[in-house]
Amino acid sequence: MLEIQNVSKIYKVKKKSVTGVDHVSLTIDNGEIFGIVGYSGAGKSSLLRCINLLEQPTDGQILIDGQDLTKLKGEQLRQARLKIGMIFQHFYLISQKTVGENIEFALKAANISKEKRNERVKELLHMVGLSDKKDVFPAQLSGGQKQRVGIARALANNPSILLCDEATSALDPTTTTSILRLLKKINRELGITIILITHEMDVVKEICDRMAIMQNGKVIEEGAVYDIFANPEKPLTQEFINSVVSFDIPPTILQNVKGRIVKILFKGDVAGEGVISDMLQQFEVRGNFLHGTIEYIQERPLGIFLMELNGQVADINRSISYMESRGVTVEVLDNVI
Amino acid sequence: MLFDPSHFTEMLPDIWKAFGQTLLMVGISLAVALVIGLPLGLLLFITGKGLFSTSRSGLLGNRFVNVVVGFIVNLIRSIPYIILLVALFPVTKWLIGDTIGPIAASVSLSVASIPFFARLVETSLREIDKGVIEASIAVGATRWMIIKDVLLPEAKSGVIQGITMTIISLVAYSAMAGIIGGGGIGDLAIRFGYYRYDNTIMIATVVILIIIVQAIQLAGDAIAKAVDKR
Repeated sequence: MLEIQNVSKIYKVKKKSVTGVDHVSLTIDNGEIFGIVGYSGAGKSSLLRCINLLEQPTDGQILIDGQDLTKLKGEQLRQARLKIGMIFQHFYLISQKTVGENIEFALKAANISKEKRNERVKELLHMVGLSDKKDVFPAQLSGGQKQRVGIARALANNPSILLCDEATSALDPTTTTSILRLLKKINRELGITIILITHEMDVVKEICDRMAIMQNGKVIEEGAVYDIFANPEKPLTQEFINSVVSFDIPPTILQNVKGRIVKILFKGDVAGEGVISDMLQQFEVRGNFLHGTIEYIQERPLGIFLMELNGQVADINRSISYMESRGVTVEVLDNVI
Repeated sequence: MLFDPSHFTEMLPDIWKAFGQTLLMVGISLAVALVIGLPLGLLLFITGKGLFSTSRSGLLGNRFVNVVVGFIVNLIRSIPYIILLVALFPVTKWLIGDTIGPIAASVSLSVASIPFFARLVETSLREIDKGVIEASIAVGATRWMIIKDVLLPEAKSGVIQGITMTIISLVAYSAMAGIIGGGGIGDLAIRFGYYRYDNTIMIATVVILIIIVQAIQLAGDAIAKAVDKR
């Protein structure tokens, strides 16, 4: 278990103090994929770098299975870092060394014998799907392949935690998907805890179990990705969700809306179509879909629909209560959109 | 006559001798500059500000060492070579037992080229992406591993360009060593070409120097490019 306890990071820039991370506390369970989302400058990268002490937190503790990393120095810290892998947006491979040598470098840090190193390099390259690239230099690889080498290097010493610093932000969408699949596979097969920071909600939606949203160095919202997608509380969170699940309705359509606009949320297994058709049959209400989508988050469906309801106010209210009684979340938006 | 081929042929043994002396001076000084300047440049970099000043996560953030070494390096670099040459006479006398000849001249040439090369090494180290160094720290690498497997390989191409520049400035400086009878092509140019208005020698030596410098630059660039895997 990784516990970030009350961590702050204050930078001194030209005698001025700039708060990068502001009293952040997070608990991340073993085997979890945890996403930290925020715009650039929100402090997410600083927070991530505090975890493996690339940045020394100004205040607070980083506990991994109860051991406080902020108390470690020199050799002890180095040993602890062997068990925390890290991958980067720009990969940061040693350009003058081959793919194999780059991975071997991490193994050398753990004092592993030459024979075992060779064996492990082969194993790792196989795992990331680059078995034929051992003697190639990084410059000859594509971005996705470089990131795979980065992942192999990060996993060389069987870490318990993998930190991903915007690991897919420099990659095209197809490559991003393949890297995310690889991360997911690693998480499942090796049970490694993954903490990733990103500004792309798609990434979080794709692979994260839980997430935190950061703004001005603080965590402003935290929870299961599914719940946050279903019910984002803070404006910034909503903004991020909207980047993936957008409900922009053209003004010309809105002008013609005479009834009441409701946002209907189906979580998990609630049979969406059924509830709505039952409602329409039971009440003197006419419905008109304005927008809708079903997102699959962690393979669990999340249906979000915008609907115009026409009829008597009392009937509309009753129909809403009915839908709510069937386990559907209904939010009346009216002119809010 | 601007260029007299028969005079040139007649002087050929002297030119060859001077050429050998230049090679000797440049060779000795370069060797010393490499052996001392490279570690010095590395020291300047790893004790420097930035990533490494955070001693806990870095290599050797040592402000004191950095300032002292930096000061000495700047001090030597700010002294005009001709003055350094004379100022180092006592040291040369003590080391070599003589202040005349190419080997004696190598002492001051070495002293001048060590800080020059050290700064070039430092500059090429600074050009390494900090992220690569950080990634190595994150991987749990030791300081020595970072120096040996990251800093030196990544700076290799830049250091080779630095060696090229050092050799070329050594060739130029070695001409001044003629003042103390250091010998070499430059000395020949001054003594015959300049003092005696011997155009043939002047032209011949200048052409030789041009060829030497061009050849070194071309070879240096080619090697730097060949070793660079980027």
